[in-house]
Amino acid sequence: MTGLIVLAVYVGIFVAAMVIFTRLGAKMRDYTSLKTVTFGDESAVRPNRAAGIISILTLFLLWGMFTGSSLIPGFLHAPAPFQGQTSFDLTVEANGQTDMSSVTVLVHEREQNPDDVEVEPGDGFAKNDSITVAQYRSQLVSFDRNDEITRADGAEVVAVNGQRVRPGDRIEIEGGSVTISDKGTPNFEPYNGMQMEPLYLPSPEAVVDRTIKVLDEGFRGTSLLGHLGWSLFRVIAGFVCGAIVGIPLGYAMGLSNWFRGWFDPIVEFMRPVPPLALIPLVIIWAGIGETGKIILLFLAALWIMAIAARSGVSGVNIAKVHAAYSLGASKWQIMRYVIIPNSLPEIFTGARVAMGVCWGTVVAAELVAAEKGAGMMIMVASKFQNTDIVILGIILIGVIGFGIDMLMRGAERFMVPWKGKG
Amino acid sequence: MSGLSIDKLSMRFDLPNGGSVQALKDVSLELKAGELLSVLGPSGCGKTTLLNIVAGFLAPTDGVMKLNGHQITGPDAERGMVFQQGALFEWMSVRDNVGFGPSMKGMPKHDKAEIVNHLLDVVGLQDFKEKAVYELSGGMQQRVALARCLANDPDVILMDEPLGALDALTREKMQSLVLKLWKETGKTIILITHSVEEALLLGERLIVMAPRPGRIHKEYRLPFAELGVSSDLREVKKHPDFAKKREEILGMIWDMEEEIMGRSEASA
Repeated sequence: MTGLIVLAVYVGIFVAAMVIFTRLGAKMRDYTSLKTVTFGDESAVRPNRAAGIISILTLFLLWGMFTGSSLIPGFLHAPAPFQGQTSFDLTVEANGQTDMSSVTVLVHEREQNPDDVEVEPGDGFAKNDSITVAQYRSQLVSFDRNDEITRADGAEVVAVNGQRVRPGDRIEIEGGSVTISDKGTPNFEPYNGMQMEPLYLPSPEAVVDRTIKVLDEGFRGTSLLGHLGWSLFRVIAGFVCGAIVGIPLGYAMGLSNWFRGWFDPIVEFMRPVPPLALIPLVIIWAGIGETGKIILLFLAALWIMAIAARSGVSGVNIAKVHAAYSLGASKWQIMRYVIIPNSLPEIFTGARVAMGVCWGTVVAAELVAAEKGAGMMIMVASKFQNTDIVILGIILIGVIGFGIDMLMRGAERFMVPWKGKG
Repeated sequence: MSGLSIDKLSMRFDLPNGGSVQALKDVSLELKAGELLSVLGPSGCGKTTLLNIVAGFLAPTDGVMKLNGHQITGPDAERGMVFQQGALFEWMSVRDNVGFGPSMKGMPKHDKAEIVNHLLDVVGLQDFKEKAVYELSGGMQQRVALARCLANDPDVILMDEPLGALDALTREKMQSLVLKLWKETGKTIILITHSVEEALLLGERLIVMAPRPGRIHKEYRLPFAELGVSSDLREVKKHPDFAKKREEILGMIWDMEEEIMGRSEASA
């Protein structure tokens, strides 16, 4: 239900922003804006910058709305769970006589543990009660605890706030609802609102606070940067090993029949095996220490790099090789001045893919077993229900993965400006 | 014994389905040093195969080729090649492309720079020497390819439709350039082309090849290349003999094409 409302709000913002911003759209009279055929012309489709910014803001807005964040004004919040004091009346019948008693309820936040509200016992055989209940939880009311006639003596609840009830009935009251259980005990459930429980989704400021705290204190004996640094170190070590072996292997496969025949079945078999499937075997063979992780990442990068180097060699236009030979180049010179530079664009593409796969694999491997690392951090945090650390970890993993890709793209533009120009 | 001699060259490919293709049969040719030969023929007549064999990229099934008295067995710097397109090294600047051959030989930097500078002047690309080759137009790229080939000072230059991908105007300019370079350097040149006009303009000698099996059909000796060196190519084209020869050769090639079409229709 709440999910549908979230979706509706999201779609609403999307449509409203689209209508507003496409109307307001900057009137640039560049070449593309003068094209009359844009539907179906991919080159005429450019990302709308406003849409990109609003898209990100909307995500944070929804996050704040449904967690009651203090970062956004209160009127934007989704209905909050009930908190504070409420009460309802019970009509108790025993041995032919009836009496009214009131139940005072104090609904408090999860982490607090306040005392029951003091109430006057009142008159009659049924005395007034007081209970406390945490948000998102429910509480049975042992209404006869302090009564003169207890349930054992035949007392039972026949009405709530004056409405007659039978076991199984549910009565809405201020701040929640009362359900009569099969055995006749009223069960108070406070109103949950539409916000996510912090246990499941903490508010943005809670994540920021936790980030500052973890930055300050570290997590499990290692600083936050230490965890991320270890993950990055494993990725780089595994990737470098994979590239050192994989690239020459790929070149050999691209240049020699025997190497191609020998390694093709192995590479083609290993390529579709997800690196994650190798985790159990690597743990059996190499344990859960650094060696095991680096072997795993080595295997993740190896095939990708080998295939990239192989297709880099196969992609050489034969005219270039012929031209180099008839200009007097030796085999070694062909390798050095034609094949290697010609395959660099492919190798960079492969390296980008391999770094992405390695980053995903290292997090997964750390989820399984590790003492340090981004994956270990979120796994341990989830065991202790520290959802804020889990979210913090996911955001950081995403940011670093994105950063790696950006760096690789930058390196590609800088190192192989001729890519796609041959 | 200077010059290129080709004696009874035959080439036969086996096909995977068990048949075979006779790409060339008994092609014989004598080319003296400094001659300019253009090769013309319908598609499938084996002209590119012939060029690849002379360049040393393919070994013939039969026959002997000799350059300046020694047998050709593989690619070598003595036979330079200019391709239709895509053979420049896009990771190198124009200057490094032109200097590739001298670099491979380990020529001292100073000598190399001199050669490269001279050739860039000749082809008119001095202002572009620091540019990447992919920043140049198609015609400029082919000028780089010509300069790169000349920088290596080969005995024979093999051109595989070097102007085929250029637009008509650029093509005409490049034809003049080829003639000018031929006259200045005195290289032996074999030029393969699809264009009858180009073959007439750039061929001191011209051979027309016939397909299935690829063979020399007819040979001409032409005055137009010599005329083109000293005058405008458009003037050369107005020469009465030029039109006559063009019609004659076009007719010949059309007949061959029709024969091929007829044969494939009959077999279909």
